[in-house]
Amino acid sequence: MDKSTLRYIMRRLLISIVTLFVIVFVLFLMLKLMPGTPFNDEKLTEAQRAQIYASYGLDKPVLTQFFIYVGNMLKGDFGISFAIQRNMPVAALVGPRIGISFGLGIGAVFIGTIFGLILGIVAALNRNHFWDSFATILSVIGVSIPSFVVCLLLLILLGVQFPVLPVIYNNSAPFKSAIIPMLAMSLGVIANVARFTRSEMIEVLGSEYILLAQAKGISRRRLIWMHAIRNCLIPVITVLGPIIVGLMTGSMVIEKICAIPGLGSLLVKAIEVRDYNVILAISFLYSALYIAVMLIIDVLYGIIDPRIRLGKGDA
Amino acid sequence: MKQKERILKIRNLDIAFTTDNGTVNAVRGVNLDLHRGETIAIVGESGSGKSVTTKAVMGILAGNGKIQNGSIEYTYYDFPPERIAEVQTKYNGIIPDGYPRPEERKTVDIVKSTPKFIQSEIRGRRIAMVFQDPLTSLDPTMTIGKQVMEAMRYHYKMPKQEAWNRAVELLRLVGINDPEKRMKNYPHQLSGGMRQRVVIAIALSCDPEVLICDEPTTALDVTIQAKILELIKEIQQKKDLSVIYITHDLGVVAKVADYVNVMYAGRIVEKGTINEIFYDPRHPYTWGLLASMPDMDTSGDELYTIPGTPPNLLYEVKGDAFAPRNQFALHIDEKIAPPMFRVSDSHSAATWLLAPQAPDVQMPAELKERIERMRKAANWSPEKEVSYAAELHKGPAYDDNNTDDVETMEVNA
Repeated sequence: MDKSTLRYIMRRLLISIVTLFVIVFVLFLMLKLMPGTPFNDEKLTEAQRAQIYASYGLDKPVLTQFFIYVGNMLKGDFGISFAIQRNMPVAALVGPRIGISFGLGIGAVFIGTIFGLILGIVAALNRNHFWDSFATILSVIGVSIPSFVVCLLLLILLGVQFPVLPVIYNNSAPFKSAIIPMLAMSLGVIANVARFTRSEMIEVLGSEYILLAQAKGISRRRLIWMHAIRNCLIPVITVLGPIIVGLMTGSMVIEKICAIPGLGSLLVKAIEVRDYNVILAISFLYSALYIAVMLIIDVLYGIIDPRIRLGKGDA
Repeated sequence: MKQKERILKIRNLDIAFTTDNGTVNAVRGVNLDLHRGETIAIVGESGSGKSVTTKAVMGILAGNGKIQNGSIEYTYYDFPPERIAEVQTKYNGIIPDGYPRPEERKTVDIVKSTPKFIQSEIRGRRIAMVFQDPLTSLDPTMTIGKQVMEAMRYHYKMPKQEAWNRAVELLRLVGINDPEKRMKNYPHQLSGGMRQRVVIAIALSCDPEVLICDEPTTALDVTIQAKILELIKEIQQKKDLSVIYITHDLGVVAKVADYVNVMYAGRIVEKGTINEIFYDPRHPYTWGLLASMPDMDTSGDELYTIPGTPPNLLYEVKGDAFAPRNQFALHIDEKIAPPMFRVSDSHSAATWLLAPQAPDVQMPAELKERIERMRKAANWSPEKEVSYAAELHKGPAYDDNNTDDVETMEVNA
């Protein structure tokens, strides 16, 4: 990696930190605007409630609360849970779930991207033949059927009819339990990636530089691998970012269905009971991940596409 | 006397494309010859089939295109590697008279060859191509060096270092300054003219015998155009290349070609030496092309254009395809397509105007005037034209006869 790329990454990181700060601020304000509090128990008297607020620092002005929160956050303290596990540090509550959720997401992205790419490329190379039609049909299905429906179908098929896989998440068999949700989540990815790869590949195959490479008399395999795929990957990488992020948020329902102890289900629960600190922490995590994914994709883009590399050579 | 051995012989070539709307007969019975060291031009409007014909030679027709009929015979030398080195070191790459042994001379019909054979033996290795748009014809994600080295590495299994050195040499040959540095550059770091030089270097990388230039200067500005043409000419002489120019620009043709084939609607309508086409055109379409070429001396305020548009080849063409646009069309043009009428050994045209029974039709007065002027300037007359065919025939003994298999009709003029 050369100097200009490093400088570029540093600049992007700086912008990312500012962005995250703004996100936390907006989230903080929105949470305070939300009706209700973590302490909605009707049995509490006004005096008791005021006492609880005071003990958690919720009686202070919103801005003061915000700065206290950010100050603690910078020290690595994300506060404590108010409702889900009262007084438990948020880090301890969220920590173990990160691995489960991200493992699931990464697995789905990995499966989806690999198969999506293969399907898209094969479809483009066999245009208007069997694999092309197959890819088109699969793409339409994958895009139009929500992943939780696919998840339910898979659960009925592989969990109930032919009980080979667990229906409910089993902590002692995390990998086996993750297969169905992972497959369900990856179908959408396969569909999107395949559709996009196919159209990109068709465009690349019709380009002049492929004709020139062909005119060199190199083998078809070399033509496809060295020239066509590399060029069609560039735009595909850009759509991967939103897909990955979509998976992270989209997995909430699936986590709920399969009772997966992940971030998504925790977030849904936290919103239900107004557990401010948990909502903040998970949202912050999602935002940070989104920004990181986008940054990685931009850097990757530069590595694959020489035209993006900044301030290099004498163009 | 340089050998004028025929290396490419195309006969009755028909190429059709299947589209959703039906079959397009893009090339309809083309006959074409190319001799060693010769530069021929194929001239015509877009859609006349000139590019398609040469793509068929390279075996890179689009997926829906198919050769329906005809033959593309290509003659080449299948030297063992040590003989290639010998010819290159001893004779500077030029095959001397009588040198190739008969068993090393091979003729293949490209139409009947397998795609694998064309790919590994002919395309890029013996017949190379320069494309029209240098801005889009280089792979944007690969360095110049890799792209120039690719064909050598693939066809000759050349070690990396050797290929690198040769690529640097090639870049220098095509006039790129600081080639070592450019090898590491990506296409977007080079100007259009430089990129076209790279494309030429790629085409030359495997020491081809035939170079097909598909509108090589159309996308470049005029000053660069002249330089690129000059460069191709220079390399042609150095390497004894045979060159096919595909172009619609008669200005380019005048600068580079020895022999011209005028194509219209998938057919060659007139062929002749450069002088015969420019000073003694016979086909009304050629007249139209010449008249529509801007000229310093032309007095007219408006540039002449041929009325109408070329026919849609989705539909069968009845009679002469040019007849609807031809102010000199005869009745017979609408019924029967004209054959090639012979004007001289090297010159023939497909128009009924050359038939013995045809009325005496002269080319438009303005064009005639201009041609007279050009003839005078060049001190040319039909009688002075050296027989091109005879020149071609002067080759060594193994040269087969050149004209007998082209169907032509005698003109009793």
